Amino acid sequence: MEGIGQVVIASRLSDGLVVFVRESAATGRVDWVLQLADAEIADSDERAAVLLEMALRDAGERQSVVDAYLIDVKEESGRLCPTKYREAIRCFGPTIRTDLGEQAESSSAAEK
Amino acid sequence: MYHYDEYDHALVKDRVAQFRRQVDRRISGELTEEQFRPLRLMNGLYLQLHAYMLRVAIPYGTLDSRQLRKLAYIGRRYDKGYGHFTTRQNLQYNWPKLEETPDILSELAEVEMHAIQTSGNCIRNTTSDQYAGAAADEIEDPRIWCEIVRQWSTLHPEFSFLPRKFKIAITGCEDDRAAVRVHDIGLIMKRGEGGEVGFEVIVGGGLGRTPFLGKHIRSWLPKEDLLSYLEAILRTYNMLGRRDNKYKARIKVTVHETGAEEFTRLVEEEWNEIKDSALKLPKEEMDRIAAHFKAPSFRVLDAESAEQEERAARDPAFASWIRHNTVAHKAPGYAIANISLKPVGLPPGDATSDQMDLIADLAEEFSFDDVRVTHGQNLVLPHVERSRLPELYDRLATAGLSTANVGLLSDIICCPGLDYCALANARSIPIATQLSERFADQGRLSLIGEMQIKISGCINACGHHHVGHIGILGVDRKGEEHYQIQLGGSAAEDASLGKILGRGFSADQVVDVVDQLVDVYLELREDDERFIDTFRRVGQGPFKERVYATA
Repeated sequence: MEGIGQVVIASRLSDGLVVFVRESAATGRVDWVLQLADAEIADSDERAAVLLEMALRDAGERQSVVDAYLIDVKEESGRLCPTKYREAIRCFGPTIRTDLGEQAESSSAAEK
Repeated sequence: MYHYDEYDHALVKDRVAQFRRQVDRRISGELTEEQFRPLRLMNGLYLQLHAYMLRVAIPYGTLDSRQLRKLAYIGRRYDKGYGHFTTRQNLQYNWPKLEETPDILSELAEVEMHAIQTSGNCIRNTTSDQYAGAAADEIEDPRIWCEIVRQWSTLHPEFSFLPRKFKIAITGCEDDRAAVRVHDIGLIMKRGEGGEVGFEVIVGGGLGRTPFLGKHIRSWLPKEDLLSYLEAILRTYNMLGRRDNKYKARIKVTVHETGAEEFTRLVEEEWNEIKDSALKLPKEEMDRIAAHFKAPSFRVLDAESAEQEERAARDPAFASWIRHNTVAHKAPGYAIANISLKPVGLPPGDATSDQMDLIADLAEEFSFDDVRVTHGQNLVLPHVERSRLPELYDRLATAGLSTANVGLLSDIICCPGLDYCALANARSIPIATQLSERFADQGRLSLIGEMQIKISGCINACGHHHVGHIGILGVDRKGEEHYQIQLGGSAAEDASLGKILGRGFSADQVVDVVDQLVDVYLELREDDERFIDTFRRVGQGPFKERVYATA
């Protein structure tokens, strides 16, 4: 693990959009959120493994997402950001045509 | 153009209904992702970096205005207002929802379109010369044969699970605008000894991680034998093609490992068994398909147009557009008009729904309701009266579609790269947009002349970097985007594979390096040599010296 922790990332089944995991205190299950800033950051490998397991179970039971996996995140200029550029582009959207596409709607449109 | 008969309509409608049920079963959990994935891919639906991506087939790159308007409508209604034209003359949507995809396919079926066989290890959309039926130097319209291949290859049971994907391209001219030498099968229409038109057959070309130029396996094939010969090639490949290693499964590797001579012998042997079977094309059937591609009723016009010349004389921007974006037409007084989808600073090949709507209108008003997609990711109005070119140009200019750069440095072929693609290692679009900004000056562009830059964001080479005069390949080097440069490639009739110049460059160096390569060329070129000609004459040395001396 590099950076400050790990986050579970996945593609939402219904529309393919990139989502992140956060444990829901109310239900004991996971919620899927669209913004990296709203994701739960696992600060240990143990917690990361638990989050991933919950995510995969949710994907199997509720058909919520596909391809859930863990990424490393860091803090950069006060903003949460994946350590790898591929994942950064994945989280923040295409770096071109910021007037179109999901990237135009995302409040944290890519800077990278 | 070809219009569906009752069988085509039924097939496409059934497929939409089938996919709708498959999507329902996936969403309900009845199908797992593992089970569903091959089913969605068979319908052109990928899952990419940010969302699903739907690849719509545009058979041999031919559209009418009704179809283009439908593509515009789908972009607006189901996507985010734009689409991306690809190097195989198809269109990709970057943001479709899984749950709405059956509706999109149903909309497409209304205008005789679909996404069948735009993915998977099957025979893909057959591509062709974008100037088919219009080019002055054409022997015969290749789309007739593309359509015959389409009908034969659609849901062909024997070829639905090939070792790997399979791409065919057909051209009707000696000037190769369809990159036939880098396809699994390339067909060139030509006259045989008796003057009769048939096909030269090239097999085993391809790009990707192991690029090969195709091998010439037959000088001339009669038209009536086209399908039996294709079937013999596919059968030989299906038997010999490797299924143990995805990276060695394309026919280019089969031909390479078997040897072109032995591969040819096996094909001919198989062909002798089946050439007089039901695959022999009856004349009536060839005529029936050919009738769909009958030339429009061109008016009898003077070759030259006073309107065009008068405007060009007083408007240098229009003159540039005429010079670079229009091409000689077979009918006097007509021109082929290219619409560049490579404006300065924007992604190559993208068109907004509004632009597509406008082009559909223009096709109706100016070009016998005919639009073409090029493998170079531009659009074409194939039959425009020269006297109306000024009006067409003005209308295109209102929508940012009058960039005068077709065939020039900023007319870049570029894959979606890491901005969209899950397989990419580096971004390619930002390199293309930066290059178009650096070389935005029309005078300099025109001075440099014909130049093909092709950019891929990974080794799969969707951006055709191996066959760029300058090819750029994005790689991931220790967690940073890095770019290798190749020189000397061509996908045209003088096809060749580029050679790596040397060590790669960081993203912020690439544009400067291209600038230096161009400077070397301008210093060394003789007469009206193109970049590629100078490179072939002088070799890598002078280019290498300049680039690495200062880097």
